[in-house]
Amino acid sequence: MIELWVNVFLVSLLVIITFYIMRLRRLIGIVALSGAYSLTAAAIFVNMDAVDVAFTEAAVGSGISTILFLAALRYLPVEEAHETRYPVWSLFLCGIVGLMLIIAAFALPEFGDPNAPAHLHVAPRYIEESYPLFHIPNVVTNVLASYRGFDTLGETVVVFTAGLGVIILLTGSTLSMRFKQSATSSDNQTAKSDEETRDA
Amino acid sequence: MRDNPVFKIVSKILFGPIIIYGLYVQFHGDYGPGGGFQAGVIVAAAFILYSMIYGLEEGRKLMPDWIIRSVMALGVLVFGGTGIASILLGANYLDYSPFAYKIYKAQHLGIIIVELGVGLTVFAVMLGLFNAFAGFKPHK
Repeated sequence: MIELWVNVFLVSLLVIITFYIMRLRRLIGIVALSGAYSLTAAAIFVNMDAVDVAFTEAAVGSGISTILFLAALRYLPVEEAHETRYPVWSLFLCGIVGLMLIIAAFALPEFGDPNAPAHLHVAPRYIEESYPLFHIPNVVTNVLASYRGFDTLGETVVVFTAGLGVIILLTGSTLSMRFKQSATSSDNQTAKSDEETRDA
Repeated sequence: MRDNPVFKIVSKILFGPIIIYGLYVQFHGDYGPGGGFQAGVIVAAAFILYSMIYGLEEGRKLMPDWIIRSVMALGVLVFGGTGIASILLGANYLDYSPFAYKIYKAQHLGIIIVELGVGLTVFAVMLGLFNAFAGFKPHK
């Protein structure tokens, strides 16, 4: 019962934070609040006993992404651009989709229901088989690194590719740029040598 | 703010313990919550703290860009190479069973190696992203 009230408190905190994110104009405040949003979400995951997810959310969502946003803020104006038009149709669309999501949420199985479809497929096998077979108590690690090793390999490659792409975009050190730089520097050198020969 | 001695000393004191905690999360992921993703982020956070307090140049001296880029690729290679190793030992891709005689020892070994690969890539990507954002020079 107490878990329910903790959840109610945390979810209302999320709603309040979202409201303030919408109202605020100063970007640094918005970044700080989105960090707080992630931390609250992590607390909700802890309350739902999903400790691994909570750990990731706290480290990545509220830690690193806040710092990356702060680093990006140096190149942005202090305040958000002032919105002058009010897109009524977008609001209408958001309202419809939100309503549909709320209606769909009523059809979801209860939280922690052992007969939910997600818990009937492969999960029982993982839970029963993994400890006797692997002697590793954390089933999440077993699923992540062994049963679903391909998925994790894919995720690692995605992280690698995304990081590589952003780093190349921001530092601009692509191969063609290097060629261009070396070409211009060699042009300067030939120009210089031309001058030298002329001087001579 | 950067010259404040409190920040400098606190970041110096925290740097080691954060990395130790990251390693704990990395290699203790099979017994408690955690694993490569979280550990990579935590270790990267230690280096980012150093860069924030002592400046990006000092941070780049501590962990140069070429090391970051190599470690990024090394992590993926460790993960993918584990799969190749299991093929060479006569099993399916990413099947850890031929790594040791007992199946649970083989699984332990495989999971630790694979998580190490994930941790290396995530660490290097996070640190590289921070360096790229902080050292970004807008085009003239």
